[in-house]
Amino acid sequence: MSEKIKFTIDGKQCEGEKGRYLVDVAAENGVYIPVLCHWKDVIPAGSCRICTVKINGRFVAACTTPVEDGCNVENNTPELQDIRKAIVEMLFVEGNHFCPSCEKSGDCDLQGLGYLYQMMVPRFPYAFERRELDASSPKIFLEKNRCIFCKRCVRMIKDEKGKSYFAFKGRGKDLEISMDKTIAANISDELAQKAMDICPVGAILKKEVGFATPIGQRKYDNVPIGADIENLQKTNGGKK
Amino acid sequence: MNEKILGIIEAYGRSPYRLVDILLSLQKEFRCVSDEAVNIVASELGLSEVDVRQTKSFYHFFTTEPVGKYAVYLNNSAVSEMMGMADVVDEFEKLCGISFGQKTADGLISLDHTACIGMNDQEPAALINSVVFTGLNRQKVREIVAAMREGKPVESMVTEYGDGNNAHPLVLSMVKNNIRKAGPVCLGEYETGKALARSLTMGSKAVIDEVKSANLRGRGGAGFPAGLKWQFCAHEAGDRYVFCNADEGEPGTFKDRVLLTERAQMMYEGMAIAGWAIGAKEGILYLRYEYLYLKAFLENVLEEMRNQNLLGKNILGKGFDFDIRIQLGAGAYVCGEESALIESSEGKRGEPRNRPPFPVQKGYKNNPTIVNNVETFCSAVKIIENGAAWYKKMGTEDSSGTKLLSISGDCKMPGVYEVEWGMTIHEMLRMVGAENVQAVQVSGPSGVCVPPTQFNRQIALEDLPSGGSMIVVGKQRDLIKDIVLNFMAFFEDESCGSCITCRSFNMILRRQVQKVVEGRAIKPDLDNMKDWGEIMAKTSRCGLGQTSSNPISTTLANFRELYEARVKDEDFQSDFDMEKAIAESCEAVNRPPIVHE
Ligand SMILES: Cc1cc2nc3c(=O)[nH]c(=O)nc-3n(C[C@H](O)[C@H](O)[C@H](O)COP(=O)(O)O)c2cc1C
Ligand code: SF4
Ligand code: SF4
Ligand code: FES
Repeated sequence: MSEKIKFTIDGKQCEGEKGRYLVDVAAENGVYIPVLCHWKDVIPAGSCRICTVKINGRFVAACTTPVEDGCNVENNTPELQDIRKAIVEMLFVEGNHFCPSCEKSGDCDLQGLGYLYQMMVPRFPYAFERRELDASSPKIFLEKNRCIFCKRCVRMIKDEKGKSYFAFKGRGKDLEISMDKTIAANISDELAQKAMDICPVGAILKKEVGFATPIGQRKYDNVPIGADIENLQKTNGGKK
Repeated sequence: MNEKILGIIEAYGRSPYRLVDILLSLQKEFRCVSDEAVNIVASELGLSEVDVRQTKSFYHFFTTEPVGKYAVYLNNSAVSEMMGMADVVDEFEKLCGISFGQKTADGLISLDHTACIGMNDQEPAALINSVVFTGLNRQKVREIVAAMREGKPVESMVTEYGDGNNAHPLVLSMVKNNIRKAGPVCLGEYETGKALARSLTMGSKAVIDEVKSANLRGRGGAGFPAGLKWQFCAHEAGDRYVFCNADEGEPGTFKDRVLLTERAQMMYEGMAIAGWAIGAKEGILYLRYEYLYLKAFLENVLEEMRNQNLLGKNILGKGFDFDIRIQLGAGAYVCGEESALIESSEGKRGEPRNRPPFPVQKGYKNNPTIVNNVETFCSAVKIIENGAAWYKKMGTEDSSGTKLLSISGDCKMPGVYEVEWGMTIHEMLRMVGAENVQAVQVSGPSGVCVPPTQFNRQIALEDLPSGGSMIVVGKQRDLIKDIVLNFMAFFEDESCGSCITCRSFNMILRRQVQKVVEGRAIKPDLDNMKDWGEIMAKTSRCGLGQTSSNPISTTLANFRELYEARVKDEDFQSDFDMEKAIAESCEAVNRPPIVHE
């Protein structure tokens, strides 16, 4: 077994295995660090930066940083909360997110974080970027207006030969998510469902089932995002 | 066509690791990488089409539609603009009857822009089918376009060759070295092979110790101690690799170009010494696509060194095997970042990796890898030859040795200067013949914009660190428009985009600067720009996003009055324009807008 280590998050004593990513170890200690791109046990992308924490005075992404013995992590400080809120606001202006008409509303991590950080009006000017919708696959919609470039689909949705269904195209300001029309034409129901489930926003949708779960009964309709992790702390005192 | 494509794929061993090379060959052969070609490559390499396209679309020099028979890529970096790019653009557009970003109907000429091509000392400069044209003006453009119309080969349009190896039969380029000051380290006397022979008798640990005790710090900009990097790598298990970073993408630097031209042996020798020190068998020179004109020459130098038994098997009879290959880039500034450079060399998008692991632990193909700048390797050669004590006599306490500066902009003698660390900006300006200076941009767009009140500061890692780019900005320039806006547009294009903060904030910030330049900004915009830049710097993964707000933050700190003179004295302004917002729907229903005030 791996070496056990001790460290603190906002002064709270935590323990975990050396070398594992901070965001996972924190969760096991009942501390919620917000994520948009991270997915446990998948190679991290480190792309959304919402998990930014400060370790010994340095800003790092909690999903790509292994825990070290004795480190002191800052997580819920006003400075970091403002940074995270800014990132959420930035995502709302750089894409086109019309929550009331979105199939993912209530199940969307971005929207969940918007509520958590009590976002009212974004501080940044809207970009009103035009992006297309790819409906070529019989099973899925790719609604690029909502993509937040988390790369979950790029990393996790592959066919049996390891080929990608999704990939980035372009770079910088021209970056977009793209879908392989050839192989997406034959994507299985299970994989289409998985793609929709892992997409943190409403960019990947399985056709015909967008509203299968009624509004009101969705993930974040009644509890805030991150509550499952923090409740763990309440029920067992933060121990695994 | 298919057979040619299959031949190219075969030539690279059908390896996805060589995807960038495959795409480069396709682009060269067909003047584009068409969707059809992408599909063939994908099926031959066992990838999906989007897998191939994600690499292809990352790099500036891959196109889906064929470029012109003559593909003009004119540099639009700040110094090119300062030196008269607008005239060159105008003349090209007039004569060709098209705008930049377009191709003539007969497919003869395409006009495009590209970021700094490493010719800031001889701007405006352009690549035409990868041949370099410097010092462009209206007259030269007329001659070039006339020659294109006659169908002459591009090479024949170069009539005068530059100095030194620029006139070598394998180069034949009009590029000038502009070496204005040769120091004792990189541009001084040099005898090939001496330092390598010495290294092989010293033993690898002693080589690392010598480089460590010379306090050689990386010359690519970050200043990480080279000896320490080599030591870390030597301690890792695996097939170790030596990479030389010749991506030289920071606008305003061109000193590696000069080293590649005049000190290729020295650079390769430095790589071999590093290879010996860390126990590597293979080295890779990552050469930016813009320096393709040097490739045949650089290959030839490798061959010569193999013949001299300075590379290859059993080097100098000491049982040391080490060889070097050249990996071309394809147009992406971020590929200069060491882990992006490795990704690119593996045939992928040049996205910087998350760390840990560091390249010294898991680099090329997950093996321990060192990446160093061209100048770092050259300096190491002299350190081994003359010893650490000799080297440390030069420079300052924290920055030993000399530094090559690429100085351009508003000065009489732009070019490459090898100076000891510690020179002040004042001294530098006197050296290059610069008067009426408004500011000096130290270390390129990602560096700092230094005002005259700070010209007594030293060029040294402990004061004003620099990878070598020094742009002199005269008083006649519009600092915010000519410099800051140009730099932000550069970052907006060059962000790899894999951190959403770097991708979006560079876009947002570029628009904010545009707003200032157009006189639409209000007072709070200034502090906002500063705050938003800080968020990007704190949350981005690599040096690009961590420094790309510097053009704004350092000019706001040092030249705030220039901004204040251009912003409106208002506290609130609506970004929303009702008429614009409903224009499209009005058009759809064919009705004029009714806007109630
Ligand atoms: C966006 C970006 C671009 C870079 N471009 C270059 C470059 O063109 N050449 C270079 O030597 N280093 C460049 N670097 C620095 C490299 O990451 C790395 O630190 C350097 O190659 C290490 O070599 P050195 O220690 O010898 O300087 C760049 C870094 C960043 C973040
Ligand atoms: S489509 Fe969804 S999962 Fe894929 S990158 Fe965009 S937001 Fe992430
Ligand atoms: S900081 Fe910018 S360039 Fe660097 S990895 Fe992130 S997005 Fe890419
Ligand atoms: S969750 Fe860490 S960068 Fe996205």
